[in-house]
Amino acid sequence: MALLEVNDLKTYFQTDDGIVKAVDGVSFSVEKGKTLGIVGESGSGKSVTCLTIMGLNAKKNTITSGEALFNGENLLTAGARRLREIRGNDIAMIFQDPMTSLNPVHSIGAQLVEAVQLHRDVSKKVARARAVELLKAVGIPRAERRMDDYPHQFSGGMRQRVMIAMALVNDPDLLIADEPTTALDVTTQAQIMDLIKTLQDDFGSAIIVITHDLGVVAEAADDVLVMYAAEVAEQAPVEKLFNRPFHPYTWGLLGSLPRLDIEVERLVQIPGQPPSLLRPPSGCRFHPRCPYVMDKCKQIDPPLVPISDDPEHLQACHLDEETKDREAKKLLETTMAQAS
Amino acid sequence: MLRYLIRRVLWAAVLFVIVTLVTYVIFFLVPNDLAAKIAGQGSSQAQRARAIHHLGLDRPVYVQYGKFMWSLIKPVPVHIGGVPVFVRPNGNLGYSYVRATPVNDVVKTAAPVTASLVFGGVIVWLLMALPIGILSALRPRSVLDRTSMTFVLIGISAHPIWIGLIFAYIFGFRLGWFPISNYCNFFNSAGGCGGPAQWAYHLVLPWLTYAILFAALYARMVRANVMEALTEDYVRTARAKGAPESRVLRSHVLRNALLPVVTMLGMDIGIGLGGAIFTETIYNLPGLGKLLIRAIGETDLPIVMGVVVFATFAIIVFNLIIDLLYAWIDPRIRLS
Repeated sequence: MALLEVNDLKTYFQTDDGIVKAVDGVSFSVEKGKTLGIVGESGSGKSVTCLTIMGLNAKKNTITSGEALFNGENLLTAGARRLREIRGNDIAMIFQDPMTSLNPVHSIGAQLVEAVQLHRDVSKKVARARAVELLKAVGIPRAERRMDDYPHQFSGGMRQRVMIAMALVNDPDLLIADEPTTALDVTTQAQIMDLIKTLQDDFGSAIIVITHDLGVVAEAADDVLVMYAAEVAEQAPVEKLFNRPFHPYTWGLLGSLPRLDIEVERLVQIPGQPPSLLRPPSGCRFHPRCPYVMDKCKQIDPPLVPISDDPEHLQACHLDEETKDREAKKLLETTMAQAS
Repeated sequence: MLRYLIRRVLWAAVLFVIVTLVTYVIFFLVPNDLAAKIAGQGSSQAQRARAIHHLGLDRPVYVQYGKFMWSLIKPVPVHIGGVPVFVRPNGNLGYSYVRATPVNDVVKTAAPVTASLVFGGVIVWLLMALPIGILSALRPRSVLDRTSMTFVLIGISAHPIWIGLIFAYIFGFRLGWFPISNYCNFFNSAGGCGGPAQWAYHLVLPWLTYAILFAALYARMVRANVMEALTEDYVRTARAKGAPESRVLRSHVLRNALLPVVTMLGMDIGIGLGGAIFTETIYNLPGLGKLLIRAIGETDLPIVMGVVVFATFAIIVFNLIIDLLYAWIDPRIRLS
């Protein structure tokens, strides 16, 4: 049994303008100790997917369907009390912006101790010891002394380390990292990703890493889910996705990655804007931006199906496989950095 | 922190001098017939001139102001066991010729009345504004929210004098629930009534009248702040940690949402002292506001100065307390 199995997850928000289909039929699973990368543009539904699994969307005006089985237990139908037991204990989350994700009026020690005591019936002293242990594990120098410092006394990278410490303090089975490096500068980004990977080995947690950075995915993920306009466009183990990308949207993402060893005139960009989720395009949602668009694409939404010679590799596109293999090869020769 | 404190105190001193100086000069320019009041209606020109000269009222304005300030801040040694230990300012506010009493005595009797009104009023307005604001923010667009925001609109639009008169008429005169005038001492019952119960009973209507405008403004402010804090990332973090909603609200939302309220409170106490003038007049409370109105009518400069000096001092001290309180509850200020 997979640690987390998400089936046909849908999250709709009722707004004054109509229903926004933020997540529209997404399925995936995460195995124990493995890392799943969810990639996509802003507004493709990656964050909402995870917030829905955590039960962190506002209850009001939100319609959720499908199932999210965590160790066989459906989180979408679990009661508020049960969800609170799971959150921060079995499933923990790291957010994008470490500058605003920590409460400015509490010392980081207090916030870590709170995280421990919410789930464990231990004394403050024991909780504090555990907090210090975690701060050391994430590489905060002089952890003991820094416990009483406030978030504004830490740099962005250090704050994200504190967030990671807080997420791991109860040894969760699943860690959801929502763009953990986006708000950080490049050198810090690499450090944080390394840290997450190292800690995964130590703690044995499964990780879902949400990102728009394919570099992060190539580095950290075992499996990749490419999301476009609230749906899954392509899903595959990481090396397969990078070596044989099968969806025109994935090509667009890969084509926009700079590569040092080949000189190109300019990076490929995906023309147009991501569609409105209030009134998504008919048929395949990518068709208005797709250079390979056919009449069929405008009418029929392609199902997510395995490619003919690989059941692990799923994609949702009407284009024939021969063309795809040819186009993928052409792309790999000119632009992208291959996965090692 | 200490440097911050010193800077604040120095600024307060500058402010204090400016406020008193302006008041003094304005009053000096107002024509009045003080000489006749002091020397008596039937006095001769020469007698009046002598009285004026004797009191130093024929000296230039800066000399008079200087003398006033000196008698106010002149250091006086404080003896403990016969040994001078430290100095305190003299604190003499002068002498009212119109009332033939030291200003200190008059201010000393009036100040507790205004303090009772203002501090009681602040508590009443916070007791109204906090629950209304917080509950509205938690259930935006609900019936409760819309009802309380209507109340807020009325509270902001209606003038305190009008509200005071309506309250006095309905709850005082018609229903007879509360007294509509006079003040009872908190401690002694020298004037016929006294003690905490009578004191509060007589102040119910003044407190409500005084509090309603601020309660409305604060309810709206608290609502906006709480709604904003609810969308903060660290609130989501707290929920993601598995904190129950009550704890999220108490420890993460309110702590942050109420910081600006503390700042506002510091500023509004000053405005509130001005507002006390209306309330004291309507309910006939012998406080500083009423005293000030009467003294202006009688061109009694020493009393006016006394009230201004006292009020300025009180506001400055209160603001200082609020600043320190703020630094205490917000670590970002404390540590920078």
